[in-house]
Amino acid sequence: MSDANTWDAIVVGAGHNGLVAAGYLARAGLKVLVVEKNDWVGGAAVSRSLHPGFLYSNCSYVCSLLRPEIMRDLELPRYGLQVIPYEGGGTFTRDGDVLGTYREHDAHRREIARFSLRDAEAYDRYSADVIRQCRFIRPFLMRTPPDPTSFRPRDVQELLYLGRKFYDLTETEMYETIRFWTMPIAEFLDEYFEADVVKASFCISGIIGTALGPMSPGTAYVLLHHYMGEVDGSVGAWGYSRGGMGGISNALSASFQASGGTVRTGAGVDRVLVENGRTVGIVLDDGEEIRAPLVVSNLDVKRTFLKLVEETELPGGFVKQVRNFKIRGSSGKVNIALDALPKFPALPDDSSIYRGDMHFTDSVERMERAYDDWKAGRWSADPFLDMVIPTTIDPTMAPPGKHFMSCFVQYCPPKVEGHDWTDAERDAFGAAVINQIADYSPGFRDLVLHAEVRTPRELEAEVGLTEGNIFQGELTFDQLLFNRPVPGYADYRSPIGGLYMCGSSTHPGGGVMGAPGRNAASEILRDLKKPRKDMSDAYAVL
Amino acid sequence: MTARTADIVVIGGGHNGLVCATLLAKAGRKVVLVEAAEALGGAARTVEFGDGCRVSQVAHVLNQLHPEVEKKLELKRHGLQLAATNIPTTALAADGRHLTLHGPFGERLEGDVSAEDQAAWKDLRAKLMRFAAVLRPALTDIPPRLKNGSRGDMMALGKLGLGIRRLGRADMREFLRMMLMNVADVLNEEIGDDRLKGAVAFDAVLGTHLGPLSPNSLMTLYYRLAGEADGMQGALALPKGGMGSVVSALEAAARAAGVEVLTGAPVSRILVENDRVSGVKLENGEEIRATTVVSGANPRTTLIDLLGTCELDTGLVRRVSNIRMRGNVARLHLAVEGLPDFRGLSEGLAVGRLLVAPSIMEIETAFNPVKYGSSSPVPALEIVIPSLSDPALAPSGRHVVSINALYAAYDPKAARKTARTAFQKSVMKVLEQHAPGIGEQVVASEAMMPADIEEACRMPGGHWHHGELAIDQMFMLRPVHGLAQYAAPVPGLYLCGAGSHPGGGVMGAAGMNAARRILSEAK
Repeated sequence: MSDANTWDAIVVGAGHNGLVAAGYLARAGLKVLVVEKNDWVGGAAVSRSLHPGFLYSNCSYVCSLLRPEIMRDLELPRYGLQVIPYEGGGTFTRDGDVLGTYREHDAHRREIARFSLRDAEAYDRYSADVIRQCRFIRPFLMRTPPDPTSFRPRDVQELLYLGRKFYDLTETEMYETIRFWTMPIAEFLDEYFEADVVKASFCISGIIGTALGPMSPGTAYVLLHHYMGEVDGSVGAWGYSRGGMGGISNALSASFQASGGTVRTGAGVDRVLVENGRTVGIVLDDGEEIRAPLVVSNLDVKRTFLKLVEETELPGGFVKQVRNFKIRGSSGKVNIALDALPKFPALPDDSSIYRGDMHFTDSVERMERAYDDWKAGRWSADPFLDMVIPTTIDPTMAPPGKHFMSCFVQYCPPKVEGHDWTDAERDAFGAAVINQIADYSPGFRDLVLHAEVRTPRELEAEVGLTEGNIFQGELTFDQLLFNRPVPGYADYRSPIGGLYMCGSSTHPGGGVMGAPGRNAASEILRDLKKPRKDMSDAYAVL
Repeated sequence: MTARTADIVVIGGGHNGLVCATLLAKAGRKVVLVEAAEALGGAARTVEFGDGCRVSQVAHVLNQLHPEVEKKLELKRHGLQLAATNIPTTALAADGRHLTLHGPFGERLEGDVSAEDQAAWKDLRAKLMRFAAVLRPALTDIPPRLKNGSRGDMMALGKLGLGIRRLGRADMREFLRMMLMNVADVLNEEIGDDRLKGAVAFDAVLGTHLGPLSPNSLMTLYYRLAGEADGMQGALALPKGGMGSVVSALEAAARAAGVEVLTGAPVSRILVENDRVSGVKLENGEEIRATTVVSGANPRTTLIDLLGTCELDTGLVRRVSNIRMRGNVARLHLAVEGLPDFRGLSEGLAVGRLLVAPSIMEIETAFNPVKYGSSSPVPALEIVIPSLSDPALAPSGRHVVSINALYAAYDPKAARKTARTAFQKSVMKVLEQHAPGIGEQVVASEAMMPADIEEACRMPGGHWHHGELAIDQMFMLRPVHGLAQYAAPVPGLYLCGAGSHPGGGVMGAAGMNAARRILSEAK
């Protein structure tokens, strides 16, 4: 049957994971439709033209985690993806100095030595220890987590795999791994470093995107989540996608369409159709019905099961667990079009620090205090910023001489002291961010041509991230591995036959990584008993 | 002067040192126990303050004394008596709408609780008790090593795994999901009542450097719930004569077993000859020769100060130096004229434990300042009035009020005396809101900040667990990996204090496990 309106599978949501899953399914010969509520694809990995002549990476802003296996399998470079590594970064101190970070290990070490010789000595030990933890965890990213309560051969086999990987460590490494998973990043760093600014600069990856402060247990693992990536085989490195983060989504979309897939934008989904416990398709917001035996949801687990599916179709315990899924937003975003490159007196002209991520939080205490504000339901007057100016490397995002700046801001609560954000509060939040930058760059305000301020309210409204949580669910142990999104359903399946999940709510979680989409596609092909020949084994490319 | 000799020297006459010494003596060893202070008991002493008032100095509620310890040492026969058992806990509300948890861990709730919360609490309580019970057998295990191939270690791990398996599929999933959660989320998932959530969250964070929103704070609640008092899991009791009477019973048991007890005898060095322990040297210069030395002191004190870093490898020294022990609990003892009036609280409830922990967020907010070296301006409190059930503790007409106050800075930025006075004022201000006029009733008071507890009990950090009870410092990671099996790398040296598995609280399991380890080695 070659009816143009019958599909083997429908993917709901054209975020990067939806497109990854769709790409693999299309390559396996399925007829796949991707529906997206926005008029563009990409979800949180987009480049939007919000000011004349500028392209904004207005949600996610840097690339590192995208799995190289996926890049290769889906031939993303051929479809236009280009990732350019950062050249470094820096943390400004309140006394007018800056601690630079450099890609070159020895340069970075010398820089740390300016602040503390002891810390420079510890840096090698620290790097080795963290990289060891990365190497241990990375093989699990592209595997479906086993159910530890199950005796099915595949679950047992996967558990044994996990156990064997653990047992491959030395005894000391085993204990260190357990500690690493359960410690606060601040305490972990205290074991290596003494200088506040050095600790603060290493802390950053432990908190980005999480509703935890650096002194909260479990944040050392979050650090790992951000270190697992690589650019050009350099572990832990970060880079820019040329043309903004939309470059990733556009390449994924082009690759998918080249394999025969179809993308429909401006098509929001109202509900998933279920008959006799199996999905049979979807209904769009305008009432149009599209039928398919498989539906793959890229939305977060709350939106998928609490909004698209009738509660009566789901087991009661499941609904309760989905309701209890923790998805508190903790960050905001301020995207700025600049008339010229801002000058920071602490930086020499043309310092490579301009071409990396810059921060103004020079102590762990300031970071933790910003978290205290979040707990109380406030945005912080002294927020933590992760600021990048991608146009210092990638000229395609702004007119000549002008620059695009992206500021990731933490912490920013989903609600302000219990009520929804107002526009005035959003603007005050934006002003707090610009004030902080201006403290380190006099004259900065005069360069601002346009600023887009996004609180969790805006992230939820546009991208569909519940509570504005960038990871579609917090990265705490109760929501990782076989617990993600809920115990018993970590294998990308759901209580409804034919309905799968492929978003960041599933293992291994958020970041523009693509692993959830790939793993979901793998499980679907397994259920369809289709060969997975276009899917390289995890780590086949290393 | 000829040196005194013994088979075994035990350093520290806290409850764990006494338990360990007694069990070793009962096994036929010649044991000398040396205690730095003039009195035994460590953090489990009863002290006098004010005019003839007596109070448990640090630990003031008995909820964990391990039944096996009690039985093996025949503590009842040696004089241990409880003044009150299975006491209720009342979460005080400033408006007098108190909530009381009756029976072990709130078996029954009293005080205007909605039917939904009653039902939800019943389920949640049962679940938490069940999960804590799974971990309970591990309290008396010598923590296994992960990779030395010994069958015993594999079996210990297997036993724990089997315990979790036996919960059944649904419970096992819940157990694994909840394991590292924070107590706030666990409570918020099920319960609406702020007073109830505040009370349970308080118990989870008491004695730790965690707020209710800190991940892993459920595990510390499990630790507490794994204990039992008077044969009931999760129950609380008050010993007759204060906590010091537990120590008196332990001392009687020790002496009956033949332990020689030296008080006022601080140790200056652990002696090592030919790479093995040869005894201890006291500060007065006297040496006691022994082939085995067991320390109930803090692991850091034992290894870094008494043994010395030159006997240890650098990795271990680093790990031991990194043990976190920031005590955050201050003690306040009040002698009051007449009984304080906690807004109409009946005497039947005043006998029990009173909590000022109105909600999760208020505890969390109280936690914030200690992260930065200041004490809470509005502390959360655990209050007992032991003289109600044991009138002998105070002259007639008077009462003793014993308070644990959270959170006090161990190393305050202000001078210690200023910080102490300011914190005492904050505590009194909170008390005044719940028992108006209590300030007028006070005839004598004594406040101890964590640093004061450190001095009084020789507990670094003023931490009653001798090192925080955090998951990265528990079980085979307690006090640090490599020392979790009670033996130090120098042959003949062992640890038996709260710094070792399973940790503090007047439980005695660490002392008992260490004794077992030492005796197994001799075979």
